[in-house]
Amino acid sequence: MTFLLQQTVIYTVPLLLVALAGVFAERSGIINLALEGIMIIGAFAGAWFVRSMQVGGWNENLAQLLLLAAMLVTAAAGTLFSMLLSFSAVKMKADQTIGGTALNLLAPAVVLFLVNITFQQNTLNLRYDAPSWFMLFQTDFGFSRQTELGLVGDLLLNKTYLTTYIGILIYVVLSVILYKTRFGLRLRACGEHPQAADSVGINVYKMRHLGTAISGALAGVGGFIYSLTTSNGAANGDVAGFGFLALAVMIFGNWKPLNIAIVGTLFGLLKCISACSGTLDINGDGVYLLSQIGVSTYVYNMLPYVITLVVLAFTSKKSRAPKAEGIPYDKGQR
Amino acid sequence: MKEKKERTLWNDGAKTVAASLLSILMGVVFGGLLLLLAALLLNNIPLSSAWEGFRIVLGGIFNTGRDYDRGSAITFGFNARLLGDMLFRGTPLIMTGLSVALAYKTGLFNIGAPGQYLMGTAASLMVALGMDTSVVPAPLVWLLAFCAAILAGALWGCIPGLFKAHLNVNEVITSIMTNWIAANLVTMLFDGSRFINNVDYGKTGYCLKTSSNGVATAKLGLDFGGSSANAGILIAVAFAVVTYVVINKTVFGYELRSCGSNKNAARYAGMNEKRNIVLSMAIAGGLSAAGAALYFLQGDVEFYWHTSMSLPATGFNGIPVALLASCSPIGCVFSGLFMAYLTISGSQLSNLTAYNEYIADIIVAVIVYLSAFTLFFKSLMDRKKAGKAGTPKSEPAPAAPAAETVGKEAQP
Repeated sequence: MTFLLQQTVIYTVPLLLVALAGVFAERSGIINLALEGIMIIGAFAGAWFVRSMQVGGWNENLAQLLLLAAMLVTAAAGTLFSMLLSFSAVKMKADQTIGGTALNLLAPAVVLFLVNITFQQNTLNLRYDAPSWFMLFQTDFGFSRQTELGLVGDLLLNKTYLTTYIGILIYVVLSVILYKTRFGLRLRACGEHPQAADSVGINVYKMRHLGTAISGALAGVGGFIYSLTTSNGAANGDVAGFGFLALAVMIFGNWKPLNIAIVGTLFGLLKCISACSGTLDINGDGVYLLSQIGVSTYVYNMLPYVITLVVLAFTSKKSRAPKAEGIPYDKGQR
Repeated sequence: MKEKKERTLWNDGAKTVAASLLSILMGVVFGGLLLLLAALLLNNIPLSSAWEGFRIVLGGIFNTGRDYDRGSAITFGFNARLLGDMLFRGTPLIMTGLSVALAYKTGLFNIGAPGQYLMGTAASLMVALGMDTSVVPAPLVWLLAFCAAILAGALWGCIPGLFKAHLNVNEVITSIMTNWIAANLVTMLFDGSRFINNVDYGKTGYCLKTSSNGVATAKLGLDFGGSSANAGILIAVAFAVVTYVVINKTVFGYELRSCGSNKNAARYAGMNEKRNIVLSMAIAGGLSAAGAALYFLQGDVEFYWHTSMSLPATGFNGIPVALLASCSPIGCVFSGLFMAYLTISGSQLSNLTAYNEYIADIIVAVIVYLSAFTLFFKSLMDRKKAGKAGTPKSEPAPAAPAAETVGKEAQP
């Protein structure tokens, strides 16, 4: 049970961050289909940075500091990459779907090109094992190895990553900013009715650039966390559709952070089950219940998308999608 | 007056082509710069190979390898095998390009082509491998497999179409969902099935070739130089011509285009816009799937069935094919072949130099990115022309029609 929950948290945190990335872009009026691509770039930048630092002789005792620095680097990389989208969507008033698709094609190509040309292989691995460097155990929090922490304690303090705490913190802070600050209100206005926003002196172009930049930073960090916690920090130009899964979370969550948190946890659980259903021992009695049920892992993989489709079918009339998303803002068309 | 209108139309077409060519040019130049940059920064790549690499990218199918008698220089000339391979690789790209183009004419962005392509792959392979060719003649099996693919793709394309038509859900979102459902569904269907290749050891995750069951597309003598080309390219070209005729010369095509330009106006004129949207997506799905069938029924290609984590690039590359062709069906033939040309450049690059094939993908991505700016490029050209003609502001006449050509549709 503990293992299941721990794994769910590991899948949920990046999923939530990337879904929130989608929210920030769409709420400002830009459809960000490039989440997948930005994640790939983030994962690559993080792997590259951590590896070079490790090769350069970074002290393992300061591993958590390295992790923090890597998060900043990946946020910067994601922001830079997402500026390609905001340039095309805001400045050039180009089709945002095409722009996003282009970035999704570009990201793996660039990453694989660079990784292949420098390492002569398809995968960029960290110098040292990611869990051994970055994973936090209960001993790191001052508990002895023998102490029983219980379910909640185990979940919070054992076999976790610093990125989990920071990820949740970022999620909460940014959600509050989106709803409780002047900046958040202005950003949302630009996605609902940019003409009205402009008429009260809000710079719509600036807001949309900002929304996309925040989106890029979040997706970049999300991509890094995903690769660090689920695939040992390796970057191979692929996040297996995780960015699109985040898009599904965002849509099912109706573009609202609280709903997204719930949906994200559900989808994280499904993702976790599909990833480790063969070795999952839920109540610790030595019976691998999920693999005995005999449902293919692909069904769990598929479920989030099927559920989202069904939900879309039933709630399409009540959709709270930002009204002006995808429409380039033209000052002349008041 | 009529003469003038025709001239502006022609000008618009020429400008679209020019804008596409400009995107291609910039994409290739960007790729060249990247090669140069890599050579400058990395020790294991000499500067001279950047120039070699750029020539290989441009040379594409006319590459004849290295001549070791002349200091291992890269040589160029007629290469029958690469030409045939371009035709073969271009076949599915033309089809997915047609798929995206047809949907675009109806105002729909078919990002679901990868999923439809996968469904087509699965259906065609299952029929081609599953039917006993000692009972049913192989050509008939081929035909059935081809039809099964089209049917599967059409059904898969229908889903986003139905959502769009009846629930007004954006087709891009539903297409993304159906793509990933298809990726998992196809893997599930092949997982543990008898179509998996367990004969060759050391190779896992691949399906049997259809030629193992005696099913293969007729070569018609197109397999020159030992290439994989076959009658499929002719079928693809025929599909392009039929699509062109349907879109431009029939009532149905006119209805599709009307829905694309203005859905409400189309309804007001008495067209059944819901039916048209669903049909358009179904046909688009069928086209993508037919592309998959033409590729895999060649007989000697193996399908990597463990695809739950990735979507086929051929599906996504239908988008650049259609965009480069400005969604003209005939144009898709050329842009599809051009994309295949780039792919071959890429594989030659990784065969002959220290670079790898991903440079071709980068160039394609840059071209897609830039092709979204077509409108901007066109207006740039207009501005230049207006500037040449004299005072730009006092001459609204030539600028006005260009501003109206939103989208790349030809006027009905």
